[in-house]
Parts: sequence; structure tokens; C-alpha cells
Amino acid sequence: MRTLWLVVRRFLFLILVIWSASTITFIIPRFSPRSAIRERFALLARNGGFSPGDLEKIITAMQTQFGLDKPLLQQYVDYMSGVLRLDFGYSLNKYPSTVIDLISQALPWTLGLLLVTTILSFLIGNLLGAIAAWPKAPQWLRAVATPFVLLTGVPPVLMGVLLLFFVGFRLKLLPLGGAYSIGVIPNWSWGFALDMAQHQILPALALIFGSVGGWVLSMRGMGITIQGEDYVNFAEHKGLDGVSIFRDYYLRNALLPQVTGFALALGTVVTSAIIIESIFFLPGIGTLLQDAIKSNDFPVIYGIVLFITITVATLMVAMEFVYPLIDPRIRKQ
Amino acid sequence: MATVVWTPAEVIQPSRPALLFRYIRRNKSLAIGLTVLLLLVAFTVIGFLAVDAKQAYPLAAPTKRPPSLQYLLGTDFFGRNLLAAMVVGMWQTAVIGVLAGGLGTFIGVVLGFVSAYFGGWIDSAVKSVCQILTPIPVLLIQVVVAGSLDKRDVTILTMAFIVVMLAWMGPTLVIRSQVLTMKERQFVSVAKLSGVSDLGIIFKEILPNLLPFIAAAFVGQVFAAVFASFYLAVLGLGPLREPLLGNIIWAAQTQGAFFNGWWWWPIEPAVAMILILGSLALVIMGLDELANPRVRRSE
Amino acid sequence: MMSEVLSDRPTTSRTSALSARPSGPEPVLRVQNLEVTYYTDAGRAKALDDVSFTLSAGEKLGMVGESGSGKSTLALAMMRMIKPPGRIEAGRVIVGDTDLTGLDDDAMRKARLSKIAYIPQGAMNSLNPVMRIGAQMVDAVKSHMNGESRSSIGDRCAHALKSVDLDASVFRMYAHELSGGMKQRVCIAIGILLNPQVIIADEPTSALDVVTQRQVMETIDRVQKEINAAVILIGHDMGLMAQFVDKVAVMYAGRLVEVSTVREMFTDPKHPYARALISSLPNLDNKGVFQGIPGLAPSLLRLPTGCAFHPRCTHAMDICGTTRPEVRMLASGRVVTCHLFNEEA
Repeated sequence: MRTLWLVVRRFLFLILVIWSASTITFIIPRFSPRSAIRERFALLARNGGFSPGDLEKIITAMQTQFGLDKPLLQQYVDYMSGVLRLDFGYSLNKYPSTVIDLISQALPWTLGLLLVTTILSFLIGNLLGAIAAWPKAPQWLRAVATPFVLLTGVPPVLMGVLLLFFVGFRLKLLPLGGAYSIGVIPNWSWGFALDMAQHQILPALALIFGSVGGWVLSMRGMGITIQGEDYVNFAEHKGLDGVSIFRDYYLRNALLPQVTGFALALGTVVTSAIIIESIFFLPGIGTLLQDAIKSNDFPVIYGIVLFITITVATLMVAMEFVYPLIDPRIRKQ
Repeated sequence: MATVVWTPAEVIQPSRPALLFRYIRRNKSLAIGLTVLLLLVAFTVIGFLAVDAKQAYPLAAPTKRPPSLQYLLGTDFFGRNLLAAMVVGMWQTAVIGVLAGGLGTFIGVVLGFVSAYFGGWIDSAVKSVCQILTPIPVLLIQVVVAGSLDKRDVTILTMAFIVVMLAWMGPTLVIRSQVLTMKERQFVSVAKLSGVSDLGIIFKEILPNLLPFIAAAFVGQVFAAVFASFYLAVLGLGPLREPLLGNIIWAAQTQGAFFNGWWWWPIEPAVAMILILGSLALVIMGLDELANPRVRRSE
Repeated sequence: MMSEVLSDRPTTSRTSALSARPSGPEPVLRVQNLEVTYYTDAGRAKALDDVSFTLSAGEKLGMVGESGSGKSTLALAMMRMIKPPGRIEAGRVIVGDTDLTGLDDDAMRKARLSKIAYIPQGAMNSLNPVMRIGAQMVDAVKSHMNGESRSSIGDRCAHALKSVDLDASVFRMYAHELSGGMKQRVCIAIGILLNPQVIIADEPTSALDVVTQRQVMETIDRVQKEINAAVILIGHDMGLMAQFVDKVAVMYAGRLVEVSTVREMFTDPKHPYARALISSLPNLDNKGVFQGIPGLAPSLLRLPTGCAFHPRCTHAMDICGTTRPEVRMLASGRVVTCHLFNEEA
């Protein structure tokens, strides 16, 4: 019964978060001095798409189509019901395409990059952090973590620029950007897969180098706390070998709070990936966002923001339900 | 037999500056972080004296020159002298950081205080708002706000305000939890019992004890503000005319700087930013070590 | 300043005097001149200073003293678990015929639990919260006995649980599912898994309620008889201790100031500090009259010269402020470290 109540409460919380985020993205543009449609078509008019005289007519027609002439409350209700169906409307720039279409085309790229780099940096960072805080670990092994700690403050984007310069530009080992080489037509061949993989290495490295340090630091802090715990001491009194103590008593306990930290870091992780994409000209949500910003494609901007917020918030709440599976203390409650 | 009163031998306490110096020498991250920050400040100050700030704007110099004796850091596609751009960009980054960091900390301290000290519905309201906003990626909301502004309206000041809008939550929560624990301490109860007013307690008893936390929160906020404004600028949402470091990287990437061989253009602002964020991160780590002695043990 | 205090130590062969003591059968534990120093930023702190004693199989010693007097340091030193900045400077710990201080690290690891076991204050946090109790017993056995069959390890654990009156189902449980008393028993069960010759119980009853305290003490008493180990019981509850131990050792500022049998200690304490401790206990005759010990325990960083207790001692003489007292064995076989007994020895 209590479990059910807990699930319901977390679910309500999730709805509250999504509602807040959508309300923010609804309100802000409507307070904005800019009119997305006017700017868009004014640009087209300037470029000679049609006569400026027709501009006002077109704008009015478009506003009707986007429902902007309805009363605010009606707009809000429409908007919210759209959000519930993951319907974020149409793109202004690529008109007949819907926002969610564009997002789902870009998503696999971002997801692929994110999954690999996040898992790798979580594993590497936590292991290095745990070792760095473990007094009995060999000195050279503990020192491995140090360069990563020094890189903590450096955001993945800057890491990306440095990697581009040294590995891509100076050493010419890896391509300078893009998803695959220019002139190559995507196909299902090993050659193309290899080409694509080569283009993913630098952005992936940038993301990993940029986030390992954070895990090292928090895990080191956690490790220092855990190694002072009575059960770690008692494990040593029991005459256990170092590896068992490290793995079963120290690492397992220190890792638990890190999982919560992982949930909290999701937002940052996603943002980093998005920005990395725009630096490396990778197709994906980030590039979609940057293009939308450049072309004032507001529905796409808001759609992406909402989509990511909903995803991150849902994952965070989902993590809370995963947590009891790994911590017996919480499982009981 | 008389009881012998034992007086402990006099312990010689070293002077304060000496102690501080000794501590900083041991707290390496604080020492290195502060040193790099000072060097950056020196670079900016000397830069303003030595270089014409106008050179940081387009068409002030020949375009696309690699670093040379005349243009130490080269010039970019738009004819900006990158040395001047670095100086001005560094200064603007500092303005955003200190302004947004200061404002965010101030709001956080006030909200945290009010929420924790008076409790009740105010506390629940502040707490719930923070809880709901936590899962929302802050940068994305900032993207929405910055995107809604007319590009001509985006200045260094608006950048600072956009950044601060969602940045007060961290300090609010930190200060709130600190005030909550402090409220339970004896000296506050004693002050209350002896009739000191709420304001008196806040300013005379609690605030002085919170100063280390406020200082740490401030540095943390400066870091967050610099970080956020940098991300916005890299996405092309910054004040496009200004030589803000993120803007320069955005411009360089948009023009395909590496493809065209203009390597110095994106690298210079990137290195500058790494130095700024890195040194701030080191200072934060150092302050952590100061506040949480358990971390010290591992050194 | 520190070094003066520490250096004016006369060097005589106290150990021989002590081991000559007629303590029945061959001692199973011999601690000789154990010395531990902590090197802190504020200076060197001598946490254990020249501690020697012996115990025979089946003997129970109660170790009492204020917090910071070195009781727990002694336990850690005997397990060779002193961590930096602490260091064992001198002395030997001999269990049976093995000199623990001479073992290499791996041999010492194997000696823990199999020769000398440590039972922590288990009520609080000594069990791994994310491992089943059984797993925490099995790994202890496994790390000492290579190639032991699964069933024989299981039998060993089941037997240990039974010895401490715990149900076999505890094997499958987690620490948070157990009460404080049960957790303490699990710790005791782990301690006796490999039938060690010496068991050190470090305040095993703190944080437990009075009824549970008794049960835990009785459990220790029983398992100790079962495996005939020598037991060192560390604690500051003199009353509880008096009912269970054979001998009481009193520590003050890192030194053993008196070792006597329980009866002698309670009826005729010798060292002024022991006297003060005993008279500070409440008893039925002088209800309501508590006699504390004046002054505070000294900081180990700034020990008084001479006898560390002299500033608080009501019997202090001139010599007490200048000369460090020797460990003396009285004619009765009791050990006292005090100038008052210089002639008696």
C-alpha cells in the first residue's frame, strides 16, 4: 500500500515538473517582443519570395493556422493537450514537417553518442575516483585519476575544441567534423560504418574527458566517507584480502549514492552532448536546435526544450524506482 | 597533601597571516586556482592599458592574419584583433560572472534565510519550487528565454540576467539547510531567550557564521554563470557583436575555422575559457576542502 | 617541550619482572612494551606508552579508562591496524608462539580472526548494509581457508550463529533487518568463526539497552568458554565489567597504571587513579554521594612531566612532577605504576 502511494506521489511529481516546464515554454514566447511568424516571413519577403503587400495577409493567415488568434486560455489548453500527445506543432522553417518528426529523425544520433559516452565516463570516473581515495591502492594507480581531476572544470565543448585542434587539425588523425565524409552516400557497408565511427571518436572523447573528472571527484569524496565507516574497518579486522574489501565493502557502498548523482546529472549530460554536436557538425538534437536558433524556428526550439525536459524528468523519476533494486535498505520500505 | 594545580605549558600560536600562508601551501588547489585567477586579472588589466578596446570589434584590423609580432594572437574573419578581443571578452566574462554570481547568491541567501528561519508555508513553497525546477535542464530554459529576446536587445547585462533567472536555487538550498542546522544551535536559542529580535539574530548571530558558506556559494555561482553564459554564446544566443569568448568560438565554428586552417581563432578563446573555468573549479575544490576536513585526509 | 617529557624514561627491564609473574598456565597472549605514537600536525601524541601484560587461555581481562586513555589504540595495535599518522614504535604482541609484530602483511592478515579476533561495537554500523549477513560470514572464512568446501563453510557459519543464540534465518538477512543486540551477536559470531586464541571486544555493549547489554555479555562469556580463548573486554562500565572479567587493567594517558584481579581492584585499589575511579562508582552504602575525579584528562600532545596523573592526584609528591614512575609488581603479584609503591616492590 505504501509502495503504491509512493509510486503515485512520484508520478504526480513528474506531471508537475512537465506541467511547469510546458507552462514556462508557453508563457515566455508570449511575453516576448518578437513575433516568430512575422520575423520569418519578413525575411522571406526581403529575399523576394513575395510582395511585401501580401505580408500582413500571410502573417494573419499563418497566425490563424497556428491558433495565435484564439483567446490565450484556449491557446494554453490546446498547447497543453499537444504536449501530452508529444505534439509540439509544425516547424516554421521546414513547414510541413512537424517538430516531433524532426526530433525523431535527429534523436538516434544524439542517443547513440550519449549512451556510449555516459556509460563509459560513469564507469571510468567512478572506478578511478574509488581508487584515488583508497589508501592501499598502488601509488601509480591512484595518480591516474589526477589528470582527470584537473580537467574537471573544463566543459566538454572546450575539450572538443582542443581535440579538434590537436588530433584533427595538427595530427590529422581524425576528421574535423560532420557525421561522415563529404561526398560519401550513406549506405550499409563496413566502409561507411568505419567512416561514421571515425567521425564519432572525437566528440565521444570530448564528452568522456569532459565528464570523467566530475565522477572522479564525487566518487573520491564518497570513497573517503565510506572508508571511514565501521564496516570497512571491521572487514579489515576480519582479515579479508584487499580486493574483497575494496570490491564488496567499499566500492559497492560508495557507488550507491553515485547512482542518485547520475540521475541528477542527466540534465547536464544531455546539454553537454547537444553543445558538442553543434561544435562537431554532427546531426542530432543539438544541431537541430542550433539551426532552429539561427533561423528563428521557435516551435522547434520549444519542442526540443520540452522534449528533453520531459525525457530527463521521466528518467530521473524512473531511476528512483531502480534504486531499491540495488539498495536492500530501501527495498524494505 | 596539597592538590597540585597543573597549568598546561604555553603554546605558541603563529600569527594569522603565517597560518593562512601555511594553510594555502597545503591546500594546493586553492593556491593554484587563486594564482591563475590573479594572472587572468593581470592579463585583462594590462591588456586594457596596452591594447585599444576598439580593436576587439569587426573591421578594426586586416582579416584572417595568423599570430604575428604585430597581431600577437592574430585576427579573425571579421577583422577583429584577437588579442583585444581576448581582453574585452575576458572582462565581459568577468562582468557576467560576478554580476550574475553575486545576484544569484544574494537572492539565494535571502530566500534561504527567509525560508529556513520563518519556516511554515514560505518554506514549503520555496522548497517545492526548487524541487520542481531541479529536473528541468537549466540551460534549455535559458535557451528559451534568450531565444525569445530580440537579438539587438541581447547585451552583456541581459546575458547576466538570463543566467541568474534560474541560478538562485543552488545557493537557496545550501543556505537554507545551513540556517536550519544553525537555528538548532545553542547560541541562537540563548539569543532568542535573551530577547534579541529576529533581525538581530539573523545579522548578529547567524550571518557571521554563514559567511564561509556564502563565500563558497558565491564562487560556485560565478562558475555556474560563466559556464551558462558560455554555453548560450556557443549556441549562438549571445550578444553577437560582442567579443564574448563563447561568441568567438561560435563564430569560428560557423565559419569552419579548422577546415579553413584558421586554427588560432577558436583555440585562443577556448584556452582562455579553460583557464577561467579551471581556476574557478580549483578554487571551489579548495574551499570544499576548507569546509569539509574529511576530504583533507586523503591528501 | 614534548621530547623532554618523552625522553626522560629510565630503561630498566620491566618486562622480565612482569613475565616472571606466576600467572598459572603458559600465557596465550603476551604484550610487551607496546608503544604507539600519532604524528599529528600539532605534534607527536604518544597514545600507548610501554604497555605490557600477559593473558592465559580462558582468562578475561577488563580494560578500563577514560576516553582517550589508549584503550582502543591498544586494541588496534594488537590487531596491527594502527593507521597513519599513527605508528607502532616498539614492542611485541605474541599470540601462542607467533610474534604478530614480526609477520609480513599477508601473514598478519591471515592471523586476524584466526589467531586474534576483534569484535567491534556491532550495534551501530559494523556490518555491511548491502551484503547479506551470511555473505559477510562466508567471505571471512573463505579468505582464511583456501579450498574449504562450500558445505563445511556453511556448517561453520551455522554453528557460529547457533553459539550466539541466533536463528539460522539470520544468515539470509541484511543488517537493517536486525536489532542492535542481534547485530552485536552477529559480530560475535563472526569473531569466533575460526576459533581464535585471543578475542578483543571493543565496547561491545555501548549503544545497547541494559537488558541487551547483559545478554550480549553472557553470550561473550559462553562462547569464550566454548573455545577457551583469552578475552580482552574494553569498556568503561565498571559495574558490568566486574561481573564478567577475572582481571581489570586501568589505563591512563596511554599507560597501564594498574592491573589487579577484580576482587582486589574493587576492595583495595592501589593506584590513586584506580582508587578515584572505584570511589566514583555509585554504591548502595553511599547513595547520592558521587565523588568525581578533579581536573580533566590531559591531552596526549602535552602530557605533564613525570607521572601524567600527578596534576589531578591527591597524593602527589615532589618526585611525581619530575620523574616518570616505573611499572612495579607488588609482592601480591599486582602491577602498579606509581611512586607511592616504590618501596613495596
